[in-house]
Amino acid sequence: MAKLPTPDELSKINYKPPEKRWVNTPAEFKDGFWCFGTRPKYLQAVDMPNPREWKPIEDDWKLPENWKEIFLEGFAERLKKYRSFRLFMDICVRCGACADKCHFFLGTGDPKNMPVLRAELLRSVYRNYFTTSGKLLGKLAGAREITFDVLRELWYYAFQCTECRRCSVFCPYGIDTAEITIICRELLNLLGLNTDWTMGPVANCYRTGNHLGLEPHTIKSIIESMVEDIETITGIKIEPTFNRKGAEILFITPSGDLFGDPGTYTCMGYMMLFHELGLNYTWSTLAAEGGNFGLFTSNEMAKKLAYKIYAEAKRLKVKWILGGECGHMWRVWNQYLETWHGPTDFLETPVSPITGTKFDYTSSLKAVHIAEFTADLIKHGKLNLNPSRNDYLKVTFHDSCNTARGMGIFEEPRHIIRNVCNHFYEMPENTIREQTFCCGSGSGLNAGENMELRMRGGFPRANAVKHVHKHYGINMLANICAIDRAALKPLMDYWVPGVEVCGVHELVGNALVMKGEKERTTTLRSEPLPEKEAKENV
Amino acid sequence: MGALFSFVMVILLVLLAYAGIKAANLQIFFGVVIPYAAILTFLLGFVYRMLKWSTSPVPFRIPTTCGQQKSLPWVKQNKIENPSTALGATVRMILEVFLFRSLFRNTKAELRDGRLGYGSSKWLWLGSLAFHVSFFTISFRHLRLFLQPVPSPVHFVETLDGFLQIGAPTFLITGSILLLAALFLLLRRFLLPTIRYISLPADYFPLFLIIAIASTGILMRYFLKIDVVSVKELTMGLVSLNPMIPEKIDVIFYIHLFLISVLLAYFPFSKLMHMGGVFLSPTRNLSNNNRMVRHINPWNYPVKARTYEEYEDEFREKMKNAGIPVEKE
Repeated sequence: MAKLPTPDELSKINYKPPEKRWVNTPAEFKDGFWCFGTRPKYLQAVDMPNPREWKPIEDDWKLPENWKEIFLEGFAERLKKYRSFRLFMDICVRCGACADKCHFFLGTGDPKNMPVLRAELLRSVYRNYFTTSGKLLGKLAGAREITFDVLRELWYYAFQCTECRRCSVFCPYGIDTAEITIICRELLNLLGLNTDWTMGPVANCYRTGNHLGLEPHTIKSIIESMVEDIETITGIKIEPTFNRKGAEILFITPSGDLFGDPGTYTCMGYMMLFHELGLNYTWSTLAAEGGNFGLFTSNEMAKKLAYKIYAEAKRLKVKWILGGECGHMWRVWNQYLETWHGPTDFLETPVSPITGTKFDYTSSLKAVHIAEFTADLIKHGKLNLNPSRNDYLKVTFHDSCNTARGMGIFEEPRHIIRNVCNHFYEMPENTIREQTFCCGSGSGLNAGENMELRMRGGFPRANAVKHVHKHYGINMLANICAIDRAALKPLMDYWVPGVEVCGVHELVGNALVMKGEKERTTTLRSEPLPEKEAKENV
Repeated sequence: MGALFSFVMVILLVLLAYAGIKAANLQIFFGVVIPYAAILTFLLGFVYRMLKWSTSPVPFRIPTTCGQQKSLPWVKQNKIENPSTALGATVRMILEVFLFRSLFRNTKAELRDGRLGYGSSKWLWLGSLAFHVSFFTISFRHLRLFLQPVPSPVHFVETLDGFLQIGAPTFLITGSILLLAALFLLLRRFLLPTIRYISLPADYFPLFLIIAIASTGILMRYFLKIDVVSVKELTMGLVSLNPMIPEKIDVIFYIHLFLISVLLAYFPFSKLMHMGGVFLSPTRNLSNNNRMVRHINPWNYPVKARTYEEYEDEFREKMKNAGIPVEKE
């Protein structure tokens, strides 16, 4: 694996593009920037085309003979299917407003990471085959043929975009690079060109229902070990149920919350909350994954992986769905789920059994975000909270791209944090809410071999955290996304050591005073509560 | 390269019209045939492009949400930046189309000593708005050449445009604003390295063309002071489908008219179609009401997904041993 440069070296970024024109500059594959190509077994597992052993760095990608034909036919098909795609191929005026809005451009200085140019990589091919001016004028109209070099370039840069949509906020026509990247990746997938890190979870998810490939009994034992930890910390024994028919609520969260800290602490927070409320809910071992790496592969794959959500809700005869803290899971649910697999007439409009609040705004999708659910509980004074247990933390909140720009959840998590923590500070305004910066590892880029790219892509986010770390002593970066919890940790260790990462419901679990609990001496991380430790040392 | 090519192209167009009138006396060609052909190309092309976009469906509702969603009653929704109703989305579109809302957000990132800062950067917004508003006003003012009697709104706009009340004929400010704004947009492309890097001939050509149109217009009105009555005879002839070529029109007018014709004919084949396209942008013109109203995808098709039965068949024993309920014992 490529050696990671020091933060000092990395933060010297040159934003001045080279003199040589970009069309004449083939992509140079830099170590630490690209992910391994997918192994054939993963593609075979889900019947995706052209499985084979291949290495992105090699000159022979073992493409099918008629790869250009496949690529261009796929292109034409998608132009007919997606107005967004056709429009975004046509109406860009190259004003450049998006250029310095992309975290990958800000972190790498590579001009092809300017959203406008990333899109031009594909637009140039579009013009050559699908526009009159391109066919007549060729290069003069900014058109170019699809060649192997162009394909390599498309691949390299399609996996240097996290589909975060920040550029789309600033674009005067709302051109969304995410749409372009999503379709570019679909086209690459027609040729079997995905990354191992994306396709592995997809194949797992198809078979077991979750990205990690956890089988049903393993899911149960993992959750039971969390139950033990909760008992050690609070003295309260929680009894979650699995695949139980007739429960009121089906709870679905990303599998990242089941495996590896700090996600597991978030999961403990959910379970403590549900126990305290006496919530009639069940886990499904098949729908134990809200995340959907299919989204980073193709629309069809995402749809296949999302099938289990409503299918399990129907089989288990629940009334509604409660969704955990996850970014792209909620983007998929908000933008696609019901269009794919609706209508949802077998479910009911969600009603909080504790507060009686009817969640009218989700009367059709019938899924409630846990931040909305908990914010409602707090607003109605239904939780006994002791925020001072989080006093050792100075918290800031990272808006996840997907819930920010694909949904608009801003106030709910903040309301929770303000009630469970005494020290909450915002990052600078150009880096939060709809202008939030990506963790740099979204859309299936959180692999190990592209660590330099991830640290560079996360640079603007880390930079904002560093600012509040310096000014307010921030030591905890809260968020509502499982990929954030996994990706921000190494990012903080690299750029802002001393800042930990947590889900919002870990903070809730810490502050929640449960009926009959013993005096807490540790946090959910089983670390001594600082003031308790201080007292004992007296 | 792209800039030079585009510049030379526009110069050639000017020379072509000049030579066509001066050397070949092609008044009818440049004064009648070309304008008719151009307007026809513009109208048909514009409609064709709009229809082409419209025939591609919007399979998913994908607004870019730029504010708080509609959720709990006590959480204040941003009804414009994250609309949940058609009204909200309409207001969002109006702000986008008439005030360039998104460009107004523009910032400029700067890296100093390893620290990124984001300064407000409104120049692009201001320049673009000045460009488009003046372009629109000028086009509207030109209706006086195509309508008899001239409607009062046209008079009104012209009076407004001439509020400085200097010169004879009265100095109309939008012409100069258009020229300056176009020069600003051009200079950006020359001077900002990233913008220069992404610019294509298709970005320079319309700018040079519009600069030439504005320049010839200003030249005609204030310096060469051409015979407006004759010009109106010609334009009214075009409108009434009774074309005629008056005697006393200076060549500069034919150049001006030819450049406008080129712009109109070029329009549907170019990025200038953003004018129509912006209205169709699915990240802006849809409301974020997915959780309230199911969006229908016209090409939604069934997929083969893994069912619970298949899942249980594979894991039944393991599930039973772990005490997880199963459907089939």
